[in-house]
Amino acid sequence: MGYPHPIHPKETPVLSTHFGEVEARTYAGWVKRGGYEALKKAIAMAPDEIINEVKASGLRGRGGAGFPTGMKWSFMPKDDGKPHYLCCNADESEPGTFKDREILRWTPHALIEGCAIAQLAIRAETCYIYIRGEFTEPYHILQRAVDEAYANGVLGVNALGSGRRVDIIVHRGAGAYICGEETALMNSIEGRRGNPRIKPPFPAVAGLFGLPTTINNVETLAAVPAIITRGAAWYASLKLSSPKSTGTKLISVCGHVQRPGVYEITLGFPMKELIYDLCGGMRPGRTLKAVIPGGSSVPIMTPAEVEDCATDYEGIVAKGSMLGSGGMIVMDDSTDLVYQIMRLARFYAHESCAQCTNCREGTAWTTRVLERMLAGEGKASDLDLLLDLSENMTGKTICVLSDSCAAPVVSGIHKFRADFDAYINTARPLTTVGV
Amino acid sequence: VSGHETTAHEPVFTGAVLAKLEALYPKYPDKRSLLLPALWLVQEARGWVSAGSITELAELLDLTAAYVRGVVTFYTMYHTHPVGRHFIQVCTTSPCGICGAEDVARALVRETGCGDLGTTSPDGRFTVIEVECLGACGFPTPILIDDDFIENVSVDGVAAILARYP
Repeated sequence: MGYPHPIHPKETPVLSTHFGEVEARTYAGWVKRGGYEALKKAIAMAPDEIINEVKASGLRGRGGAGFPTGMKWSFMPKDDGKPHYLCCNADESEPGTFKDREILRWTPHALIEGCAIAQLAIRAETCYIYIRGEFTEPYHILQRAVDEAYANGVLGVNALGSGRRVDIIVHRGAGAYICGEETALMNSIEGRRGNPRIKPPFPAVAGLFGLPTTINNVETLAAVPAIITRGAAWYASLKLSSPKSTGTKLISVCGHVQRPGVYEITLGFPMKELIYDLCGGMRPGRTLKAVIPGGSSVPIMTPAEVEDCATDYEGIVAKGSMLGSGGMIVMDDSTDLVYQIMRLARFYAHESCAQCTNCREGTAWTTRVLERMLAGEGKASDLDLLLDLSENMTGKTICVLSDSCAAPVVSGIHKFRADFDAYINTARPLTTVGV
Repeated sequence: VSGHETTAHEPVFTGAVLAKLEALYPKYPDKRSLLLPALWLVQEARGWVSAGSITELAELLDLTAAYVRGVVTFYTMYHTHPVGRHFIQVCTTSPCGICGAEDVARALVRETGCGDLGTTSPDGRFTVIEVECLGACGFPTPILIDDDFIENVSVDGVAAILARYP
């Protein structure tokens, strides 16, 4: 069990090519593998050329939202005379998601190179990589790689002899899921509570320290060097279903599969093959019950929806859910879904920053109703109450944390109604809660 | 909110610790941004963040103690009270939960003698807490003991792991 697994013939290794190779963590090892050639190429390009190349590749944000990366970069002002910032979101905390961690701990230089190229494109001399506090091992590996990049002249006042200053600073979080929200992350770097900010203004106008800022996920930035080296046309050709979903995606699969781990697929790859061929399918004697395909914030899918689902942005939306971060939670028929939905609601209640009423109250209230149901005291009206609460938690707040809490609840009630009814009708006693 | 020390507060930011903080200054455009890294330095030096450390840090960074307290309490990893010699965080969020993480949490509470989650064992050796998603869902159950991230912990493996932390 676990990673690194041997690369499966159906995978498309681009980002994961060197996962598991300890030497790739070092500067020398990375250069030996063709590292920093993309940065050299980017230095010779004009910023807009880099942006156009990324636009043409079709690369979209790999953190969850799927926004076109090149377009995001193009929102940054030009010749405004102000300092610009790049933020790299390494606050990976979405339940089910553990793919950035592999980049951070196996190929940190891919991320550094991607950051440096993005900095050249958006004219940002400084990049902050915000890494969650719990990622102790990845933090030390990344910091060592950054130190090595400075020592070898890749970073600093004259990066690779370009005459351009490229600084990367690793900033540790301290335990707060919400800091993965882009504006909360900026507040956290500034030494504030991690409360999300009201948008607009958007980060490209007023982000970190009130200055133009671009924020990208680890996987998004790590994908950039290959695009620069091998060309946008190559990257754009990697697609199996929707023309709007190009390139490869790391999918972290966990839960009840025989071989959980991080798998790299060409976007559009059949979800069923991912679960059954790459991950080895269910444990003996078990059948698939439900899949949460993109981290815990997206709607739950049924086995029927998984059956012919293309794993890309459009394919999963067509089945009523979202690709999100690519954190896939697979649950077999041994799963008490009501309990797990309560557990997710409790997660969001714990992680709410408490700024917005609908989120602060809604996540806690949802959790309490589900706990009551699990304790055998559920009422038929509770399902309507949960749906009503969820509606008031969707699209009503500064950020989408409360929407994320509502997603598994609403999809769970609609798609797995019988599980809830069983608790309500038979007053099934609580058997598993509490440690 | 934040606990008090049993003796008068000895400044944290002197000598080597102060030097570490000063080395961070060029990395940020203002002093406030040093707050999270500085709080890590406090915790590294003292094991927890006391009311005295908060006051000291507020003065150093031109902030108020109330402001610093507001930040300290927002983040779950800063300890506002002393904890055991070894601090254990066990993930029980759904992906690990469906793979038996709650049993691992129970075993940790039992084997450490902590009695309950969030409490410290009578010998002061361990504190065990339940945490939300540690971001290693493919390796259930992940736990953090101090700075050591340990994957694939099973109920049967708990005792041997704890033995490594005297």
